Amino acid sequence: MHNKSITALAAGLRAGDYSSVELTQYFLDRIQRLDTGLNSFITVCAEEALAAARAADKKLQAGEAGPLTGIPIAHKDIFCTKGVRTTCGSRMLESFISPYDATVVARLKAAGAVSLGKTNMDEFAMGSSNETSYYGPVRNPWDTGTVPGGSSGGSAACVAARLAPAATGTDTGGSIRQPAALCGITGLKPTYGRVSRYGMIAFASSLDQAGPMTTSAADAAIMLQAMAGFDGRDSTSAEQPVPDYSSGLQDDLTGLKIGLPREYFGEGLDAAVARSIEEAIGEYKKLGAEVVEISLPNTHLAVPTYYVVAPAECSSNLSRFDGVRYGHRCEDPKDLEDLYKRSRAEGFGDEVQRRILIGTYALSAGYYDAYYLKAQQVRQLISDDFKRAFGQVDLIMGPTAPESGFRIGEKADDPVSMYLSDIYTIAVNLAGLPGISIPVAPAAGSPVGLQIIGNYFAEARLLNVAHRLQMATDYHQAAPAGI
Amino acid sequence: MWICYFSPTLILPPVITEETMSLDHADVKQIAHLARLDLSGEKMESIAADLTNILDLVAQLSAVDAADVVPMAHPLQMAQRLRSDEVTERDRREAFQSIAPQTENGLYLVPKVIE
Repeated sequence: MHNKSITALAAGLRAGDYSSVELTQYFLDRIQRLDTGLNSFITVCAEEALAAARAADKKLQAGEAGPLTGIPIAHKDIFCTKGVRTTCGSRMLESFISPYDATVVARLKAAGAVSLGKTNMDEFAMGSSNETSYYGPVRNPWDTGTVPGGSSGGSAACVAARLAPAATGTDTGGSIRQPAALCGITGLKPTYGRVSRYGMIAFASSLDQAGPMTTSAADAAIMLQAMAGFDGRDSTSAEQPVPDYSSGLQDDLTGLKIGLPREYFGEGLDAAVARSIEEAIGEYKKLGAEVVEISLPNTHLAVPTYYVVAPAECSSNLSRFDGVRYGHRCEDPKDLEDLYKRSRAEGFGDEVQRRILIGTYALSAGYYDAYYLKAQQVRQLISDDFKRAFGQVDLIMGPTAPESGFRIGEKADDPVSMYLSDIYTIAVNLAGLPGISIPVAPAAGSPVGLQIIGNYFAEARLLNVAHRLQMATDYHQAAPAGI
Repeated sequence: MWICYFSPTLILPPVITEETMSLDHADVKQIAHLARLDLSGEKMESIAADLTNILDLVAQLSAVDAADVVPMAHPLQMAQRLRSDEVTERDRREAFQSIAPQTENGLYLVPKVIE
């Protein structure tokens, strides 16, 4: 049951093989049995899930069901959920009960999906290993001594362990794609503005984007269909029609032109990961694609640019956590400044504080031009690299992450080495492009992700190209042992 | 001792004039003050070292000649949408204040700021 696709689960619901209540209870039981060793959930909502499942069963009986009606899913704990605790992985929001639903949550609810609960994540989505969560690290179900990646590590781990058929994630610098790669699942970061940011707790507003995390591209298409679309409540939401993401999944790849950026295959890339990527590229050649080498010459500047832009926006966004209106407040503040300073120092963990400090510094008087303005100029150069590349090729492919999973604790004391695990994903956010990570041949038993980058609003093409590989190979069907 | 809450305004710092990328304790203390973070003495050492390492990473940008490049404000070059000036949200003060640490008569309470 737990290895079935969303389409197969939906067919079973329609055929009356099981009810949504039974399906939901099945996954709740799996979470109870298996998640103690993984810590992929911060909050499990059994009661709410079963109530939603009962409502879905009524729709199914009335013949009003859509593709997601009655399907259990999980939400990254960055999405506000009305009446359910939303922590964002932080002590700051340990007892925060949102008074409203994020648009992503509302849309999936309206599509009939059943939320099982809220998944663990790096605090305020700042991290690449899920070790910065106040609620403890998530363990990678493939090897519980290694990290699942981050920041959507809980979503990636729970889908990989088949504790939920699908989950939502968010991606500011690789936070959907990198954990998808490390956990052996499919993760799509859509074009900036494709999915509403309303109710998604903001980290870096010009980079943040929500997307689906699933076991296959076909399932990601179903999830994205429900999530995407214009939302007047998000001032940067794209006013673009939403295509049918499932109808073109089987399209032929003959003549597809794939660009391989030489900068993504150089120094720093693990040799075993490189072999897995090359093998997948070979599969695409068999499917009729043409492969050419391209250059994205400013690739090496993506991480430095990101670590100005993202902390700058984070320091501004996180100024709302002041101990006054919601969130953590310190005991017995002696004055207002003490209230702000101690509430924030107690509520935020080390990595969040580091980024707030870097951002504050970069935006402070006398430093703005040298850091923030310069970074936004270099960001344009990085974006121009992609623009030139898409004049030559249809899609860009390369590794999602430079290595397969690393050990818990291995990089925790060295922020800069941790930042470099997003070296291939960050530029995509800076340019606002869509990217997907899909599992390919494992390296020494650990999952490896192939990243496919498309032009603006090319999600349907990315899903098509990912799906064709998943038709030709079965890497995406592999599940961790003991699951 | 409690009065109603006003939005905090950002008070700009005295300009940090030191041009080096390396941050000392005094710099970190000043930045922490601007960010309204209470940094304890024992943490200062490791934070100053971490910030210096991050700034070293970021320093690669200074070698790039981008003087003529227009800074990228938005990936899609979108303009800000405008809407008509109408009330579209209903009053949800009670719901919003129900999650506040401390309120009274519809006001957020903070320590007294004016003598």
